[in-house]
Amino acid sequence: MNWLTDALWSPYVVGAGIGLLSWVTWLVSNESLGTSTTYVRLAGMVEKVFRGTKAEQKLYYQETKPKLDWQMMLVIGIVIGALISSLISGDFSWQWTHPIWEGSFGTNIVVRLVVAFAGGIFLGLGSRWADGCTSGHGISGTMQLAVSGWVSAVFFFVGGILTAQLMFNVIP
Amino acid sequence: MRNNKYKLVWGLVFGIIFGFLLHKGGATKYDVIISQLLLTDFTVLKIMLSAVVVGMIGVFLMQHLGWITLRPKAGSVGRNIIGGLIFGVGFALLGFCPGTIAGAIGNGALDALAAGLIGIIVGSGLFAALYPRLKEGILAKGNYGNITLPQVLKVNNWVVILPLSAVIIGLFVLLESAGL
Repeated sequence: MNWLTDALWSPYVVGAGIGLLSWVTWLVSNESLGTSTTYVRLAGMVEKVFRGTKAEQKLYYQETKPKLDWQMMLVIGIVIGALISSLISGDFSWQWTHPIWEGSFGTNIVVRLVVAFAGGIFLGLGSRWADGCTSGHGISGTMQLAVSGWVSAVFFFVGGILTAQLMFNVIP
Repeated sequence: MRNNKYKLVWGLVFGIIFGFLLHKGGATKYDVIISQLLLTDFTVLKIMLSAVVVGMIGVFLMQHLGWITLRPKAGSVGRNIIGGLIFGVGFALLGFCPGTIAGAIGNGALDALAAGLIGIIVGSGLFAALYPRLKEGILAKGNYGNITLPQVLKVNNWVVILPLSAVIIGLFVLLESAGL
């Protein structure tokens, strides 16, 4: 059972595993893998704490209710699954920054947090705008051959590649 | 109610498997994801496209057998291209996406937990606030509904599935022979 404690598997094995998992989520739960709707539900829950029923009257939260659902449990599960895998393979560590980041932008944690926060805002806004993320459109949409999935997936990477090139190869 | 509870438990179980796999693939690490966007390491694309090939064959077979009914999402130029580009900017700035950030938190990434996660929630809330003004405008521009590639090409699903699988496998062979 050494393979269970290996820190890294072949990307093809991992991808095939995610593909098989998607069969089972369709069959058992009638759901496809996706994560980003969870964050707008969380945003709605936070707004409900501060503004009560006024938040629930917002058009988006009427269409997408701020409540615990299958996908939110999936996202919580991802945290636990990655924690288990990293712990049993001796790969768990607390990190504020990352080697490639530090190579271009240094070890200042505040700079990293500001950029990560800004990135999060774009991700949250963009995933709602596109109505999906790298899982919902990029894996589940593309495998259903949805035009929305393929167009979104291509532009996630177009935007990502251009921005990463600017950040790491043009600006510094 | 009882069924609903079971459904939530299954969601958690599937999430644990998903997170386990994402970590084993290296996709819970900033360096692996940013290297994909810098085009120096193709791990992320290999994971995604092999999931697509295996998943696609299975879900269309299950639909063919009448076990499930797929639900492709509706979309539009205004939604998927503009939204995709905004997403991409965040993808590169943060170095994680909405799924892998959950895995990164499990792997110990504190920047993901303390800044990225809060940013995603704020950005999602921002969209909810803007939504009434966007809905009939930019989001509806170039609407194509929940159409699929076989419908666009007016062919049987398998006429797309089989060649597409072959193209993706061919891409893997190319990437491996180029040492990427």
